[in-house]
Formats: sequence, structure tokens, C-alpha cells
Amino acid sequence: MTGILSLITYAPVAGIAAILALRFIAPAGSPRSAELAKWIALITTLVTLAISLVMLGLFDRTTADFQFVEDFAWFGGLHYRMGVDGISVLFVVLTAFLMPLCIAASWRSIEHRIEEYLIAFLALETLVIGVFCALDLILFYLFFEFGLAPMFLIIGVWGGKNRVYAAFKFFLYTLLGSVLMLAAVLGMIGITGTSSIPELMTYDFGQEIQIWLWLAFFASFAVKMPMWPVHTWLPDAHVEAPTAGSVILAGVLLKMGGYGFMRFSLPMFPDASAYFTPLVFALSVIAIVYTSLVAFRQTDIKKLIAYSSVAHMGFVTLGIFSGNAQGEQGAIFQMVSHGLISGALFLCVGVVYDRMHTREIAFYGGLVNRMPWYAAIFLLFTMGNVGLPGTSGFVGEILTMTGAYQASTWAAIVAASGVILSAVYALTLYRRVVFGEITNPALAEIKDLNWREVAIFAPLIIGTLYLGIYPAAVFDITQASVDNLVAVYRAATGG
Amino acid sequence: MNFSTDLSLALPEVILAGGALALLVWGAFQSRANTVFSLAAVALLVAAGVAAVFGPMGRGFSGGLIADQASAFAKVAIYAASAIAIPLGQPWFQRRGVNNFEFPILIVLAALGMGMMASAGDLISLYIGVELHSLALYVLAAIHRDNAKASEAGLKYFVLGALSSGLLLYGASLIYGFAGSTHFDVIAQSVEGGANVGVLFGLVFLICGLAFKISAAPFHMWTPDVYEGAPTPVVAFFGAAPKMAAMVLFARVLAEGFGGAAAQWSQILVIIALASVAVGAFAGLAQSNLKRLWAYSSIANIGYAVLGLASGDAAGVQAMLVFMVLYMVDVTGFFACLAALSRDGRPMETISDMAGLFKERPGIALAMSAFALSALGLPPFSGFWAKFYVFKAAIGAGLGVAAVIALVGSVVAAFYYLRLIKVMWFDASAGATETPPVEARAIALALALFTFPVVLVALVFIDPLAAAAAAAFGLA
Repeated sequence: MTGILSLITYAPVAGIAAILALRFIAPAGSPRSAELAKWIALITTLVTLAISLVMLGLFDRTTADFQFVEDFAWFGGLHYRMGVDGISVLFVVLTAFLMPLCIAASWRSIEHRIEEYLIAFLALETLVIGVFCALDLILFYLFFEFGLAPMFLIIGVWGGKNRVYAAFKFFLYTLLGSVLMLAAVLGMIGITGTSSIPELMTYDFGQEIQIWLWLAFFASFAVKMPMWPVHTWLPDAHVEAPTAGSVILAGVLLKMGGYGFMRFSLPMFPDASAYFTPLVFALSVIAIVYTSLVAFRQTDIKKLIAYSSVAHMGFVTLGIFSGNAQGEQGAIFQMVSHGLISGALFLCVGVVYDRMHTREIAFYGGLVNRMPWYAAIFLLFTMGNVGLPGTSGFVGEILTMTGAYQASTWAAIVAASGVILSAVYALTLYRRVVFGEITNPALAEIKDLNWREVAIFAPLIIGTLYLGIYPAAVFDITQASVDNLVAVYRAATGG
Repeated sequence: MNFSTDLSLALPEVILAGGALALLVWGAFQSRANTVFSLAAVALLVAAGVAAVFGPMGRGFSGGLIADQASAFAKVAIYAASAIAIPLGQPWFQRRGVNNFEFPILIVLAALGMGMMASAGDLISLYIGVELHSLALYVLAAIHRDNAKASEAGLKYFVLGALSSGLLLYGASLIYGFAGSTHFDVIAQSVEGGANVGVLFGLVFLICGLAFKISAAPFHMWTPDVYEGAPTPVVAFFGAAPKMAAMVLFARVLAEGFGGAAAQWSQILVIIALASVAVGAFAGLAQSNLKRLWAYSSIANIGYAVLGLASGDAAGVQAMLVFMVLYMVDVTGFFACLAALSRDGRPMETISDMAGLFKERPGIALAMSAFALSALGLPPFSGFWAKFYVFKAAIGAGLGVAAVIALVGSVVAAFYYLRLIKVMWFDASAGATETPPVEARAIALALALFTFPVVLVALVFIDPLAAAAAAAFGLA
């Protein structure tokens, strides 16, 4: 099935072309054109999801090799090279899974420039999937960087009051990290003469060079992740982005950082990774404790969830750099699970924001009286965020901590306190928004979820519970690749 | 070598010189330009380009003129950029009641000078080429003669250009005095195994003079004023072809004449490159006029091209050539967009003029966004590939620290490109614009399509051609 990855990657481009062609049927910006564009976008993303599920079905779980590989010579020694393994395949599916939900969530909440909005989202889907499929450094960089442009527009054009500031901060922060990575990428090509990721994964860089290359990649991925202290762009971006933008930002864009660590830092620079593990652990633990405390003090629902994302990503870095199978499995699982749960939480915020146009926690209270369904769904995802057993959140946290415990007892112990802290802020948020009596007269007529919203939440609920009860669904897929990664890492570092 | 073989090597120059004189006579009788006249000028440039590619290769006029892969590569690019300037400029002037037939002729003469720069084999032909194209450019800057700003720009350009020519000539005379010849190959022999201080002194002056021509810091002061004052289509021409010619000449002098002193000139170039990147990035932040902004952007960009050259090897020259070709598309396209836009009969030149342009003119706004993102260096636009080659060469040549500094500079510059995009996409419209003229719009859109996605295919062809051109310079 060579070519299926390119098919998944470029399927959204066909949707873009169709939306652009709409102007021949109805004038751009007219209600009819907007309505058709939404359907085209939804169908395109659903088709992409269907193809990616077919790909997942064909995926061979017994091997750590790259599969569905495509390889064409390009120019200047570069190649157009695509392929997935157990580490990347789930992110492709996760992206394809979240995109139709994003389109559906934007159905009524975006009111101007709808066609352009949908084009931006479809472009983003192509670029994000491309990041996870690319097996050539430069191709990876192309997708990785170009993704900034649609997200910049999504935040800047359709965002909230302070959107311009947030869009610039997002773009410039990420760009600065990325250019350092570009320097490292060019250095690696200069040293090895190849830009093929599979080849580079087996190349042995000298220890001193590894340190520099590792730092350059770290600059990019730590910003993307985001890790403390370079996380400050994230709350701004989240607060200002439209709901679907937040979902995709938390759900997939942040995962590029974790994916980058597993794809580049660990296998290509194992010595440097081992050398810097204490640093990463320290930053992760600080992120978990500090941003949890910061989250507790927020007055804006979205900002609170954004800070909680930073804390949860701390578990991911902890797991990745623990360098053992539990840690890596846990990190991938945590990323997938966080993609579902944080996406769902941002959608929960979107539901009340669409109705009341404010995200102030103090504005709400007593929603359970008017919105029982909403209260139940919000509770489920709050529990997932806390890491309650039975939800997918639990599996990721317990595994990353188990992995980290073997590498550093102290880090695991401090990180465990983060689980308690997450319960503190998440339950407080839930109590203040949902429980109690309705005191704000503006909320007296607020309506419960409609069918469209229920349909959006349903797949997320199923996913969260299914993975919580049967996590092996993920581990089966990632096992072979993770074992291989850990074996390579252990062999290189002598651990 | 007899005279007819020499002349056959100079076939492009012969075509352009003879054609320009014929056009001059035609124009004197006709006294106004029309479409046929412009087309004839374009045809001359096309013919010269064909002659440059398919004509004989070698060294003529006892080494004063070189026709090789490198000159052919540069000439095609230069003539193409010149040819685009004519249909972009002539109607623009006509609409403003400036109807002189000299515009196409001056472009052809400038192209002749630039072609000579690309083919220069000794210091004399170097100087003749530089002066020939500069004189044409001075007049072009001031061709909108009823416009005070344009006249000011022309005068400033002339005075500072004359100064730089003086530096160039002084450096050339020093080199001649100490090396004993004006020919690059003889100079190369004298530089072999340690250059004389006098020769190096001359080289520094020569580099300063050329840095003036490419507007690299710290010799960039004239650029923003000239860009702001000169007519927009003329700036589209200024920003592209002359820089290409000067960079190729730069590479030729350094590689063929001073290849033995690479360690010395490389240091100077690194400093010039980083200074240009820094000046372009930081000074650009404060600009509100788009033409001035793009002047600073061009200073920063020429810094990257010089950084490629500073690598001092064939990969560096190749990177510089690819960079310049892609950059020429960018700058011509951007000014074509500006030439296409006007509101109430007034050209739109400030950033705030562009407010809400995406709603008014989605095509032009998209094209301008593409040029801005390309200049920013965002992949997969052409500007990224330009930088990709330069930084690859620089890091390969051990200039890693300089490359990282230049990359960080590009992040600073990213702010003003993003601001332009922000104004066009996020802000409320500043009022209706007039229907853009067909030719400027077509050129802008075609060049925007080149920056993405055509570039992804075009590079497959540009890459080997640039490599062959770079190999002609004989650097390792």
C-alpha cells in the first residue's frame, strides 16, 4: 500500500481545491457558499479519517520498521520520503480523528470568513499529518514550519480580543526555536551527507557534537511541547484561539514536540539525551508542580486548561527521558489520551462560550441545574484530566511515573504530587462552574447540549473510556517500535 | 584568438549594444513609446539571453571577457529580470503621463552593463560594466522627472554611486600597482602563496565599492532613500537584476582573482554579511513605508547572499547563485504588487494603506503574503530554499556561529513581515482600491506562484545549473 500516506496527507488539499472552486457556484462569502464549504470540509476530514483507519488496519504491529514507505529523489540530495512506525502512526490517526470534530465544533461559532477558516484548517491537517509521516529531515522541517502559517491566521483572524498579540507571540516563539533546529539539521546533513531520518537514526555522532545538536533540537521541541519556562506563549495562544483552534493546538500541535524528542533526540543523540536527562527531569517536575499551582489561580477557564496542558506535558517529557519501555509507552499513551481529553475540555469551554461569550469562571456556577447532560460530560473529562482510573488519563500518568521512578526516584515522587494538584484545580474548576445554585441571572435561560454537540462529544467519550479500560489497544501498536527505541538507546548509552 | 572569435564570445553584448542604438534612433523619430517599441526591447533581451546560453564559451579580448557557465547563468537571470521590468514599467509611466521612450532603452543599456559585469575577466571590463549599468540606473531613478522625490532619489544615488565607483577605481589601481596586471588570472598568480599587503589593501577597497553596489551594510545608507523615491517599477528592477550582476562579479573577482586569499576575504565578508543581516532586521522594524521596509529587507537578504559567498568554496557560490535567483523573483514580485495597487489615484505605499487588503483584493493580498513569507524564510516558500542553500554552505564551511547569528536575525526580521500580513489579513479595510492594471497584476501573481508551489519543481532544474555555474569559478 505504498502511497497511502501521501493520500492521507494530501486528501485535505483536495478539500481546499473544492472550496476554492465553490466560487463558480455561489459568490464567495454568501451563506450558500459557506454552508457548502462546511459540508465539503466535513466530508474531506471524514474521508481522511477513513483512509487513516484503513492504514491503521493494514499496519503491521510485529515490526519496528517503517511501513508504507515512499521514497523519491528530489533535488540537491534531498528525498521525498514518507513512512510511519509504531511511534508515529497513532498521531496520524489522532490528527485525522480530531479534525472532523474541529470542523463540526466550528459549525455555528465561526461567523465570518468561513471558507477561509475551513481552508486554514484543512491546510493545517495536511501539514500536521505530514510532520508525523515525513522521513526526511528537510521534508519534516517543511511541514513543521509551514504549520505555523495557518495557525497564525486561525488565531489572528478568528481569535478573541487580544488575538494579534497572541498570534505574534505564538509565531515568533516557535520560529526562534525552529531556526536553531534548522541550523542543527543543516549541520547533520553536512556531517553525514544524508537527510534520511532512518539512516540518521543509526548514525553515530560524536559525543561533543551530539550535545550541540541535542540543544538545538531541544530549543525547538521544548517550545513546541511546551516545557517550563518557555511555555508562556501557550496560555495566550489558547485563550485567544477559537475553540477548534484550541482543540487542535492542545490535541496535536503540542504532540509534535514529544514526537520530535522520540524521533530525533533519543535515537540520534542518545549520549546527549542521557547527559541532559537530569535537566529535562528538573524542568518537567517544575512544570508539573508550578503550572498546576498557576492553573489553580486562573480566573479564565481556558487559561486554566492551558496551564493544565503544560503540566500534563511534563509527564510526557518525564516518560520520554526515562529511557525505559514503561516511560516511552506511557509518554505515547499520555499524548494520545491528552489529545482526546484536553480537546474535549476545550470543546466543553466552547459550549458555554458559544452561549454566553465569556470564559470567566466567576460568571458561571450552577450549570448543572440547567445543563445536566453538559455537567455529566464535563465531569467525565474533568476526571480524565485528573487521571481517575478507568479513564485514559490514569494509564498515561501511572506509566510515565513508573518509568520515571526507575530512572529517578525523586522526580517520580515530586511528579506524583502533581496528580493531587491536578485534582485540586480541576475539581475546583468543576465545582465553581457546574455545582451550586444559579446566581447569575444571565444563566437562567442557558440551554443544554444540542444534538450536534452531543455528536461531537460522543467519539471523545468512547475514546477516553475505551483507552482507559483497554489500554492495550495502544500498546499493541507501539510495542515493537518502543522496544526497538529503548534497545537502541540502552545500547548506545550502556545503560 | 582573432577579433571575430572574440566578438562571437561577446554576442549577447553585441546584440544589446547594437539593438539599443537602433532603438534610440527609432525612438528619436517616434518620440513616444508604444507597445511595439517595448516589445522590441524585450525581444532584444530574449535574443541576448539565447545568445548567452547557446553562444560559444571561452575567454576573449585577451582575457578581458569571459563567457562560461557562470556568465550564462547570470545573464539569463539578469536579462529575464530586465525583460519583466519593461512591461511592468512602461504602462505605469504612461498612466502617469510620463511617456518617454528612453525607459526601455535605459533598461537594455543597464542589462548590457550587467551582462558585462557577469563576464568581466579583468579590472578594466569590471569597471566599464559597473559604470555602464550604474549610469543607466541613475537616470532610471530620476526618470519620473516632475516628481521631486524621484529627482532627489536619482541625485542621491548618483552622488553616492560616484563615491563607490571612486573606491572601486582606487582599489583597482592599487591592485594593478602591486600585482602588475589587471587580469584576474595574473592577479591570482601574484596572490598565490600569500598576498602582498598592497594587493590586500586594494582588495578591501574593491570589496567596499562592490558592497556599495549590492547595498550591504555598512554601505547601505543610500538604499532606503532611493527605494522610497524612485518609481515603483524601477525599484522592482533595482532590487533584482543589478544585485545579481554585482554578486556574480563579486564572486568572480574573489574566486578567480583572489582565490589564494580566501581566508582573508572570507573574514571581511562574514562581517559584512552579519552587519547587513542585523541592520536589515533591526532598522526594518521601525519602518512604516513599505518601500523603505523592503529596502531594509533587501539589505538583510543581501547579507545572506554574502554569507553564502563567504563560505569561499563552490558550494558557497552555488548557494549564492540560487539565493539570488530566488530572491530576484521575490523582490520583483513584491514591487509588482505595489505597482498594481492604488487608492484614489494615489499609490499605496505605507503599511497602514494595506489594511484589510485581503478583503479588497484577495489575489494581490495573497501574492504579497507569499512574498512576505518567502522573504521571512518560511518553508516551503522560495525564500526558505534560498536560505537553506546559504546556511548549508556556511555550516559546511565551518561558519556555524555566523549562520546561527544570521538565523536569529531572520527571526527578528520575521516581525515586520508578519506585521504586513497581520495588517492585510486581520485589520478592517481602509477603503476601496482601484482596479489593478492587468500587466502588474499578472506579473505579481505569476511570480507569487513561482515562490510556491512552482519553486518545488523549479529547484530540480536550478540546482544543477547553479552547481555547474559555480564550478566554472574554479573554487574547490
